[in-house]
Amino acid sequence: MTTTTDAPAAAPTKKPRSAGGGLGRYILVRFLLIFPTIFILVTMVFLLMRTIGDPITAALGGRLPPDQLRERIAEAGYDRPVLVQYFEYLGDILRGDFGTALTDNRPVTEILTTFGAATVELAFYALLVAFLVGIPLGMLAAYLRDRWPDAVLRVFAILCYATPVFFAGLLLKLVFSVALGWLPVAGRAGTRTELRLQNVDDPTGIYLIDAIRLGNASVIGDVLSHAVLPALALGLLTAGVFLRLVRTNMIGTLSMDYVDAARSRGVPESRLVRKHAYRPALIPIVTVIGLQIAMLLGGAVLTETTFEWEGLGFQLARYLGARDFVAVQGIVALLAVIVALTNFVVDIIAALIDPRVRF
Amino acid sequence: MAARRPVLSRLPVVHQLRQSVGLQRGMLVTGVVIIGMFLLVALLAPLLAPYGFAQLRDEDGAFGAQQPPSSEHLLGTTVGGYDVLSRVIWGTRTALLVIVVAVAMSLFVGVILGVVSGYLGGWLDRILVVVADAVYAFPSLLLAIVVAIVISGGQSSVFGGVLAAAISITVVFIPQYFRVIRAETVRIKSEAFVEAARVIGASTPRILFKHVLRNATRTLPLLFTLNASEAILTLAGLGFLGFGIEPTSGAEWGFDLNRAIGDVTSGIWWTSVFPGLAIVLVVLGMTLVGESLNDLADPRLRARRRADNTPPPAGDPVSVVPGGANSPTTSLQDELPNPGEVRA
Repeated sequence: MTTTTDAPAAAPTKKPRSAGGGLGRYILVRFLLIFPTIFILVTMVFLLMRTIGDPITAALGGRLPPDQLRERIAEAGYDRPVLVQYFEYLGDILRGDFGTALTDNRPVTEILTTFGAATVELAFYALLVAFLVGIPLGMLAAYLRDRWPDAVLRVFAILCYATPVFFAGLLLKLVFSVALGWLPVAGRAGTRTELRLQNVDDPTGIYLIDAIRLGNASVIGDVLSHAVLPALALGLLTAGVFLRLVRTNMIGTLSMDYVDAARSRGVPESRLVRKHAYRPALIPIVTVIGLQIAMLLGGAVLTETTFEWEGLGFQLARYLGARDFVAVQGIVALLAVIVALTNFVVDIIAALIDPRVRF
Repeated sequence: MAARRPVLSRLPVVHQLRQSVGLQRGMLVTGVVIIGMFLLVALLAPLLAPYGFAQLRDEDGAFGAQQPPSSEHLLGTTVGGYDVLSRVIWGTRTALLVIVVAVAMSLFVGVILGVVSGYLGGWLDRILVVVADAVYAFPSLLLAIVVAIVISGGQSSVFGGVLAAAISITVVFIPQYFRVIRAETVRIKSEAFVEAARVIGASTPRILFKHVLRNATRTLPLLFTLNASEAILTLAGLGFLGFGIEPTSGAEWGFDLNRAIGDVTSGIWWTSVFPGLAIVLVVLGMTLVGESLNDLADPRLRARRRADNTPPPAGDPVSVVPGGANSPTTSLQDELPNPGEVRA
């Protein structure tokens, strides 16, 4: 009566049924679903953005005389029927061309390659924080269920969620950069470090990797010290999610019969938690990571703006401010494609780990 | 359904208040109190706020920019020379308005689409599911940005701004209501009472709204609180990126925080801390209520009274727990391991 056995995440590690048919079919279906997903998102973004008229008027309207404006609109082809423009746009995207920014004439794909690395780096740090903070604390909360540490941790998890990343960022800045002076206020690295990093040949754009390749301890230290606060601001949001997820599922697995059986065999409590109850409770983390990546990208836009972290989100906010909607549309569409692809990969991994996902 | 109880105790939150014990009750009560205060402040804003949200001067002259907290300006003034306390208080109105409009609209559209799509099935259902899944997977803030550009072109009056924010949030939320209601509908439509209604010749709309919808709404209070908190966060995010409501036409916390980025570097804390705390508090209140409803609906997580005064079980335990792209408060795992159900 105390436990309902349909606890979804609580199954012990089952051996996958003789692989093949089930898994192969599942991957195929998921793969084929990517195309409508990307198609729908790209179409939606295009149609929405086009309902406000052409991007050139939006960006330059009022600043150029009307006849010049009309000339530039005709030049860019925005005076043709929307349907023609739409198919042209789809064709461009198929060729990997997401448009060219109006204000500074940079191709969006180039913006991605220049600033994407910074966003990837930030997202990676944030995920690291989320794992390191969320999972152990979630295990602790589940083990001490309904006692005071559990209550404290649950409130902490809710606070992590309730605090917008940019406010968390500003608070961290106030405390650690301004009041205590421990960490830099903004940016990805100090000016001198930036200059030194430019000497790395064939830079990856991921500062930590470049700094390690440079092999200079002070450069590595500078890069890391700049990363701490943004990573915390963005990572704690996801850490809260992981904490409650691990807690909920550990409560489920801790009350399973096989855990009782292990306990009655005299398996020590610490091993019980770490080995028996913990592993199956991790599966749902894998399944939500896809959604978390979408959330991280949204959060990255805000975090990067808070910390002047020059990644994709920072650029997106800048182009928004400049009313350069071609660049905005390009970046958003590109992010949609990235999200769809990561979701696919995550779903496949989840299916490999947990046979119940693929039916 | 369980035996009829008095109307009052069948209301969503009231019922859970009676059902809960210990820590869970504490969380629920705290949440309800915070939300109550938020509503009160929003309603009484003109009485509570010492100044107007766009007021720059009074009889004694201009307020001055970035003044530290004092007896005249309890929470100081912003870089633009506004009174921080007043803007925090007026901000509750904007937030409330956006929540109400956004949640009402997404509820309306999402629920209708969900019931119709789930009940009728067929190609319409498939298309809607694929579209909803696509939108659901998309970072909600980015989608909100695109919609905000469309609606307001970036900036606007209070009404336009509120509407723009609300509609952007609505677009993000519709798929969530759609998914939850559709899943419930698919489950309910195979129940005997629906079949019985069909046999005696009830029309499809009647079955949909009298029989299916009424039984599919039990997860809505939970989803409502989650979305309300997400609406605040999205509104603040939009404001933070400069898509808020112009400071002269309304007070919006996210926008004020954006203006406070520069202040933080020079150690001026009062312009960012108070609007930020306002956001955290309101979201906290909503989340506490949502979280408690979630736990109380899940028999695995519900703390129980001692056996001697066990209340009669309330209906059947709810197992369909909704999850939103950005609503970590739900136990997403309850929904996610069944992609076959959602995507079939």
